[in-house]
Amino acid sequence: MQSTLAARLQGYLFLSPALIGLVVFVLGPMLYAFGLSFVRWDLIRPNPRFVGLDNYVTVLSSAEFWRALWVTAIYTVGTVPPSMAIGLALGLLLNRRIPGRGAFRAICFIPSITSLVAVAVVWAWIFHPDFGLLNAALQTVGIQGGRWLGSPRDALPALMVVAIWRHVGYDMVIFLAVLQAIPRDLLEAATVDGAGPWQRFRSVILPLLAPTTLFVLVISVIDSFQVFTTVDALTQGGPAGATTVLLYHLYEVAFVKFEMGRASAIAYVTFALVMALTALQLRLGRDHGQHA
Amino acid sequence: MASTPDAVPTRDRPNQAVPCWDGLRAAGDSQRPTAWQYARRIGRVAGSALLLAVIAGWTTLAVIPLVWMLSTSLKPSDLIFTYPPRWIPDPPTLEHYARIITGSPFPRFFLNSAIVGIATTIGQVVSSVLAAFAFARLRFPGRDLLFLLFLGTLMVPEQVTYIPLFMVAKLFGLVDSYWGLVLPAIVTPFGIFLLRQAFLGVPSELEDAARIDGCGSWGVLWHVFLPVARPALATAALFAFLHSWNAYFWPLVVTQSTEMRTVPIGLRYFLRDQELGTDWGALMAASTLVLVPVIVLFLAAQRQFIQGLLAGSLKG
Repeated sequence: MQSTLAARLQGYLFLSPALIGLVVFVLGPMLYAFGLSFVRWDLIRPNPRFVGLDNYVTVLSSAEFWRALWVTAIYTVGTVPPSMAIGLALGLLLNRRIPGRGAFRAICFIPSITSLVAVAVVWAWIFHPDFGLLNAALQTVGIQGGRWLGSPRDALPALMVVAIWRHVGYDMVIFLAVLQAIPRDLLEAATVDGAGPWQRFRSVILPLLAPTTLFVLVISVIDSFQVFTTVDALTQGGPAGATTVLLYHLYEVAFVKFEMGRASAIAYVTFALVMALTALQLRLGRDHGQHA
Repeated sequence: MASTPDAVPTRDRPNQAVPCWDGLRAAGDSQRPTAWQYARRIGRVAGSALLLAVIAGWTTLAVIPLVWMLSTSLKPSDLIFTYPPRWIPDPPTLEHYARIITGSPFPRFFLNSAIVGIATTIGQVVSSVLAAFAFARLRFPGRDLLFLLFLGTLMVPEQVTYIPLFMVAKLFGLVDSYWGLVLPAIVTPFGIFLLRQAFLGVPSELEDAARIDGCGSWGVLWHVFLPVARPALATAALFAFLHSWNAYFWPLVVTQSTEMRTVPIGLRYFLRDQELGTDWGALMAASTLVLVPVIVLFLAAQRQFIQGLLAGSLKG
């Protein structure tokens, strides 16, 4: 086709709004943050002071950071696998011909589209120690309720419950999309060959689901490392730091203490960690795929 | 595929005219001991029951918080703090809604969220349409590399950019303004990706015909691509608005005065404020007002939701 100068310029012209936005609001800030991670600046003093790797040393040697990383890791392990398992189970079940399937699918998905703060408010009420639904329900089966969000031991699990509640529908929809694309002939052929339901799942469905599972895992872990809204709305990182996840730690350092350099270092260390974790998962997934 | 669903043979209908292999299988089945067949049938029924129980169980768990929210929001204040909790608001009241609408800054928060949501949606759709068209149908050096660059930024955690964005916003006096809320959200690799996919699916004959009729790139985009890509446009717009409506971290950082807060940030302060924090009726009413429009939108446009989700796998 045409590739005159005018046509080429037109390409850049069409691209320019998005490109300018990308440079100004994403790439520029990324570079800026990288630079910031080598200075000390509180936004009040006129000039930032170059401190080399000091911020990184401070971050990596601070107990707060490691604690936040630990809390985030527990949160991730406690939310991602359960959400995926329940999501997969629901996906498998709702892929069968059952009455009201469309309605079930829609309802299971609704939590995933909800505003997280509004949901947090509702859960705060459910977890209420005195008038909450959860403690009332526990009492009817003879279990003494807890303080949940107010307890250093139970606050993090309570946040995990909210996350699982919200993420299952998303995972379900993704799994369902793949399940629906599996040709019926393939499953029938397996049945003819004498495969029972478990064998069909094990040898036909599971291998076809593997790439999607990996994809959902990677996305979910990245997402989980960025948990902030429920923490900020429900526990403010407490009680006693029990729910201070990485992003909440960053928020405190940056927008409460205004240590912009140190906060940028935290952001980049987190970024690097997430990238490494993603690479590791992809690698393990690939190796597993080769051996299986 | 040749076989329609009706023609697919199943073990429940072994006597129908079916391909030979299924006939063989049916014959094999009938030679097995009857007790085994019964056991299988019972197992299958029990399995189906268990299945339905699991589905019904999770569905219940999924809606309980929302039903509880609605129920609490409609209860008179003295009924809210009864123990054990009661599900039916009797008598139902709209007093909490009235308090939210007339006696709190929430109408302002809703206005802010609407303005920011609409502006963000327009900005995202316009910038994405233009970029997607360039990536899908125009030729220029560096095109594929630039596309990869856009996709790559999907990997960058947002928190890396918040700090500098805040400083830039401060520098340009955008803190605590609509511009500050809208501008950083205006570029979306997700929208570009989604629309590019849609544009790639437009037959080139259509484009050629329009060009022969004298349309330039603008005309082709306007008269050919946009009408064809309408479903994708709807999806992109929907997700842009939803993302903005639910946004939390950036609005929290960039707003300072009560008048500039969006609904999520207003809810946050409302929940945290110790004096008002105990007003659960009003909190539930406010949450209902936030959630209901989105749920209604979802039920009306499920297809767009699912499409968008699968295309970009974007978590709200």
